[in-house]
Amino acid sequence: MATVSMTVNGKVVAEVVEDRTLLVDYIREHLRLTGTHVGCDTSQCGACVVHVNGKAVKSCTMLAAAADGAEVTTIEGVANGDLHPMQKAFNDNHGLQCGFCTPGMIMSGIDMVNRYKAEGKTLDEAAIRAELEGNICRCTGYHNIVKSISQAAGEM
Amino acid sequence: MQNTTYHKASSAADAAAKLSGAEDGALLAGGQTLIPTMKQRLAAPSDLVDISGVEEMRGITVSGSTVTIGAMTTHAEVASNAELRSICPGIADLAGHIGDPAVRHRGTLGGSVANNDPAADYPAAMLALGATIKTDKREIAADDFFQGMFSTALDEGEMIVSVSFEAPAKGAYAKFPNPASRYAMCGVFVAQGAGGVRVAVTGAGDDGVFRSADMEDALSGSFSAEALDNVSVSADGMLSDIHGDAAYRANLVKVMAKRAVAAAG
Repeated sequence: MATVSMTVNGKVVAEVVEDRTLLVDYIREHLRLTGTHVGCDTSQCGACVVHVNGKAVKSCTMLAAAADGAEVTTIEGVANGDLHPMQKAFNDNHGLQCGFCTPGMIMSGIDMVNRYKAEGKTLDEAAIRAELEGNICRCTGYHNIVKSISQAAGEM
Repeated sequence: MQNTTYHKASSAADAAAKLSGAEDGALLAGGQTLIPTMKQRLAAPSDLVDISGVEEMRGITVSGSTVTIGAMTTHAEVASNAELRSICPGIADLAGHIGDPAVRHRGTLGGSVANNDPAADYPAAMLALGATIKTDKREIAADDFFQGMFSTALDEGEMIVSVSFEAPAKGAYAKFPNPASRYAMCGVFVAQGAGGVRVAVTGAGDDGVFRSADMEDALSGSFSAEALDNVSVSADGMLSDIHGDAAYRANLVKVMAKRAVAAAG
């Protein structure tokens, strides 16, 4: 067992967990932040994407202990009073159907916009589609997800 | 998830000490292969020694034409390093097409090289660039390092600290990814440097990454895609599975090699 401490959505948390605890289980089962989903549990689908120290990672493929001391942001932490521009864009563009993949899509969307802005690159439609490589949606066919991220990229 | 005991290493020496003290320990780099493997119960290390945060094993330095990349440098860092991209765009492009963006934020060069998956991308780059693999004990030439599928020259408990190579005059990687997994069904890295032309193939061979002497000879005469037109690639020794049979992969080797040469310019 290990005491794992980190800052999640701006709040310092500490839990005693088994060493083998995955970050996604720490977030869902110990912190009860169930917006982060487990889809495939094999790092293919991206439903579990959260930000660790500002970077998108698959929380099903990282140990909670490895995130000790890190700043973690989950889907619950992106809105600041009002919806985050990425959340609003998914709403505006009907960027979801069943919604299961949406938390991961939004976390990946924010990450890609931040990276492209930092590097001064243009996030066009082709780039968004390539960047969504690790996020699977079985409902939408992706078109409205791409539109949503494109809209948010212009507003962030 | 398989039960295990987790340790965070503060330095390479600390990692070596913690590993030697474990009953059946394993090094944990980015974990993008090891954690899924443990979930499937295909690996069951008693202890994990996390080296991903060891500073002395991170970072990229370019000194003249010599490139050194720390073993714990992530794929995202290799892909986005402007200095590296300007001197050796082939390896930056390769890193930018491993897995997906989230995987690239965690996965490391050293983890990939040490694992030597037969469909991994980095082994092809290391072999084609004639890289030197520096461990906590010695330096190993890439030609001696890769010893067949999932097999390397690393001894028990030996740890990769960094890799270094001379940036080639020309070099590029072309990959045909499996449409589902994105692992290479065939990936070819070509490099033309001071030591001549080197061609390394991953994803296609049934015993891991290999060099193609026939292609190297043809490209030494003329470094152009057309120079490969008359090279025949045998289906012997190629992987054969539901994604593609040996003849298909042999053909892919030639097609990817030609694309890599064209991309190298």
